[in-house]
Amino acid sequence: MRVHVDQEICQGHGRCYSLAPELFEPDEIGNGIEIGDGTVPAGLEDAARKAALNCPERAITIEEGP
Amino acid sequence: MSTDDRFAGSFEERVAERPVGVANEIIGGPVSDWATDFDHTVDEWANDPYPLIEDLRRRCPVAHTDRYGGAWLPTRHEDVAAVAYDTERFTSRSIVMGNFRPPREIAPIGGAPPISSDPPFHHGARRLLLPAFAPQVIARLEPGARAYCDELLEALEGRDVVDAAAEYAQHIPVRVIADMLGFPQEDADLFRGFVHDVLEGVNEPIESRFANMQGLFGYLMDQINDHVANPRDDLTTFLIEAEMDGRKLDASHVVGTLVLLLLAGIDTTWSAIGASLWHLAKTPSDRERLVAEPELMPTAMEELLRAYAPVTMARLVREDMDWNGCPMKADDWILLSFPAANRDPEVFADADRVMIDREVNRHAAFGLGIHRCLGSHLARMELRVALEAWLDRFPRFSLADPAAVTWSPGQVRGPRRLPIAIAR
Repeated sequence: MRVHVDQEICQGHGRCYSLAPELFEPDEIGNGIEIGDGTVPAGLEDAARKAALNCPERAITIEEGP
Repeated sequence: MSTDDRFAGSFEERVAERPVGVANEIIGGPVSDWATDFDHTVDEWANDPYPLIEDLRRRCPVAHTDRYGGAWLPTRHEDVAAVAYDTERFTSRSIVMGNFRPPREIAPIGGAPPISSDPPFHHGARRLLLPAFAPQVIARLEPGARAYCDELLEALEGRDVVDAAAEYAQHIPVRVIADMLGFPQEDADLFRGFVHDVLEGVNEPIESRFANMQGLFGYLMDQINDHVANPRDDLTTFLIEAEMDGRKLDASHVVGTLVLLLLAGIDTTWSAIGASLWHLAKTPSDRERLVAEPELMPTAMEELLRAYAPVTMARLVREDMDWNGCPMKADDWILLSFPAANRDPEVFADADRVMIDREVNRHAAFGLGIHRCLGSHLARMELRVALEAWLDRFPRFSLADPAAVTWSPGQVRGPRRLPIAIAR
């Protein structure tokens, strides 16, 4: 599974990096960015889904996969 | 002592140079029908707007009023979001609905950039401020905020009944923002007066509103000139020295942004802290659970922000148009109710139920789109610290007199009198 924050849509609410700090981090203006290439380590799939479901701007996409 | 020519001249001289706006007749009195005559400043709305909103969502779902020179009130999440995202057809030239519309010429900057700004100007003005309000920067303010909360609570020890709004919630954001701006703490009462004038005094006569604004601008000019003479490490000096597109900001930009930073964080955060304590005081099961399971604080906080969102914004319609069947006229107001959006059952299951463990909560308490509350990370830090400090000190409390609780009218809603009985 991989996560991605669309920087065109993100407005820096910060819900993703609050809910899943293992997967997202703030940049210098507080926008959320996925850590590394966005690959979700095993066991964090629910955290990834929760982050996406709580984004007020619907800026997070999840690519389901092995 | 250094001076800066940008900040010379009086408020009167500056106002005289500006184009004039448009005032409308002030209409007061009881609301006849909320669908056609709504008014967010009457007690019925301030005390509990949610049944009224629910009724409007079913009947309209966009209400109208002839008050304030003409205004619309969307009540569905979908419609609130559509207006927030549509910065082409809805301008932020004024974001506090009243009986005066500032002149069109002040767009795209507006009186309090960037909240009053439209694209393309908005982007740069907001970009300038974002780093100072990023969560990793705000985190440094947390120990000071916690110490201040503890100090306020220490002073309440031993009392049976305290006013959690007047003696606790209202002080926290004032202290924090005064520190960030480098303004004197002793001026806290003055700040709350400015907030009242600008946000709650919308039906005061235009002349007295201008006089109040003059007081606010005069105060800010004094602070600016003091910072010009004695620069220091705070947001006021930062704004004075800041550059956009290679040049320093106009005086009106500096003053307008200071108006925003001083006023926007005070009664909003105070309202969020107060409404959260009000809910916990009247809901023993939630209070007990949050005390027993402090790890629920993140979801509890977001749920309290959803259920009692303090802030409603406003926009102005740019040109005559039909919008979803509503015949909107240029310069009609739109009241952008994030509280209404947050209670829409189309988006939130059991929307009227407060569930402190709600896991999916895409609420819009801090707005949507390019105007997302600049201070949201600061507000969340203050709200969390204020609740944690209170619950640590006073885990058992209840409403001393539910009928004595009063709520602020207008676009920022929260308890202004909140008598709470503390059990020992």
